[in-house]
Amino acid sequence: MKLPEAAGLLLACVARLITGAQGHWLGAPPKAEQRIYFANHQSHFDWVLIWAALPGDLRAITRPIAARDYWTSTPLKHWITRDIFNAVYVSRERSADEDPLEPLLEALRNGDSLVIFPEGTRSDRGEPAPFKSGLYHLAEAFPEVALIPAWIDNVQRVMPKGEVVPVPILCSVTFGAPLTLQPGEDKRVFLDRARAAVVALRPAH
Amino acid sequence: MDALRELTVSQQVGLLFVLLFGGLALVTAIAFGRSLRERSDELLAAHQQFERDLRAVWVGALLFWVSWALGAFVSTLLFSVISFLALREFVTLTHTRRGDHRSLLLAFFIVLPLQYVVVATRHFDLFTVFIPVYVFLAIPVVSAFGNDPTRFLERTAKIQWGITVCVYGMSHAPALLLLDLPAYRDRGAFLVLYLVVVVAIAQIAQEAASRRLRRRPAARAISRSFSWRSWFVGALVAGVVGAALYWITPFTPFPALLMGFVAGGSGTLGEFVMKALKRDAGVRNWGGKSSVTGAVGLLDRVAPLCFAAPVFFHSVRWYFGL
Repeated sequence: MKLPEAAGLLLACVARLITGAQGHWLGAPPKAEQRIYFANHQSHFDWVLIWAALPGDLRAITRPIAARDYWTSTPLKHWITRDIFNAVYVSRERSADEDPLEPLLEALRNGDSLVIFPEGTRSDRGEPAPFKSGLYHLAEAFPEVALIPAWIDNVQRVMPKGEVVPVPILCSVTFGAPLTLQPGEDKRVFLDRARAAVVALRPAH
Repeated sequence: MDALRELTVSQQVGLLFVLLFGGLALVTAIAFGRSLRERSDELLAAHQQFERDLRAVWVGALLFWVSWALGAFVSTLLFSVISFLALREFVTLTHTRRGDHRSLLLAFFIVLPLQYVVVATRHFDLFTVFIPVYVFLAIPVVSAFGNDPTRFLERTAKIQWGITVCVYGMSHAPALLLLDLPAYRDRGAFLVLYLVVVVAIAQIAQEAASRRLRRRPAARAISRSFSWRSWFVGALVAGVVGAALYWITPFTPFPALLMGFVAGGSGTLGEFVMKALKRDAGVRNWGGKSSVTGAVGLLDRVAPLCFAAPVFFHSVRWYFGL
């Protein structure tokens, strides 16, 4: 076992010890097919939680998206995102002649699965913000890739905004049934439908 | 029975393991055989309850085996992990706020390890006062710096309660391993086994008795099955089993009966308190499908031990005048 692999395993263990990282597969079983998971975003911890909730052999083919300017700024951050998570880097500044989704499209062309947070930013109010259009464009370009909604519960209590050390509190990730883009479906309608599918997975408290 | 007491330690251990795991395997096999039969929903529910209790006994037995095989240090570590998981479950189900973050960090990453270090290093004076005195005062101070006055006393009290039950209570079980009892060297693991067995037996007996007796519940809003008579039956059966196990303890039969009664009785009372807590949190089994997180329901299993261990620990110390 190589160092990044061992570090990844250790990280998954720590995430499980702190949050339980329970994955509930309600709509589709965990399967090694190409997928785009999309989820609500409340904390920096979200990605680690989804990743730890996935079965071991799915972790290797499922990639997060990282902001290039932040996650390559120090060698450690770069190593974590590149070697452990195999992240897809995107740049936050939009240049005129470059499609910001291009790195994602390339990853999908290579057959990788992605995890995206379509709200674009973390929201600490209870309701997720309206989804940005990236999900729609990916669904349009790759109709054969399964779109799996996911709800991450309780994680805002583990690490509220502004804190650095996580508190051990149990969290769960609920994965729902795959969504498909209907032919000729309007962008806004699809994005609202996707958001509703995520919210529907929230457990009753 | 005196002949059993004359055996060497390793012979006793061998005998104990054969009895313990043999008996458990037998009961499990019978329970499995009966589970194949078709029957009514009520019986099925009773059977599921029995299976849950049986699983708890298995876990207790395996814990004992680990404590025995790996020595006092490893078993103290093991108990600290159980404490951690139980506290994690407790905190998940209480409504803490952002301002509690620092106090929770203090509880999980400083208080909990320190308490078990104090146990492992046998500082029994500090062990008794560390959480009830120092942590009791430190938690509200840290919480107040969280800069959030909303329901301040309630939140602080909940955290303190969780620490006291899940950490302080639980830490009395490994403390038994390290007690320096006269003519009972290196056999602390037997005391832990004795405690776990009588607590589990008391729970099972109390449950069975409440089903048979159908007495008026002592507090209907909290538990429909808990009545004083079924509590007494549970504690008494625990006492009788404890007396039958006297040869693994440092006691003579009659004190062994009393100790079993006290430990079993306080364990079932602990379970009763947890039922009240569960009702308040609105879940039947902590961590069942209905709950937030799908936790394993560990707190349910260990709460009786958390209540029984301190009482038993101090009874033992008082009995031997330590």
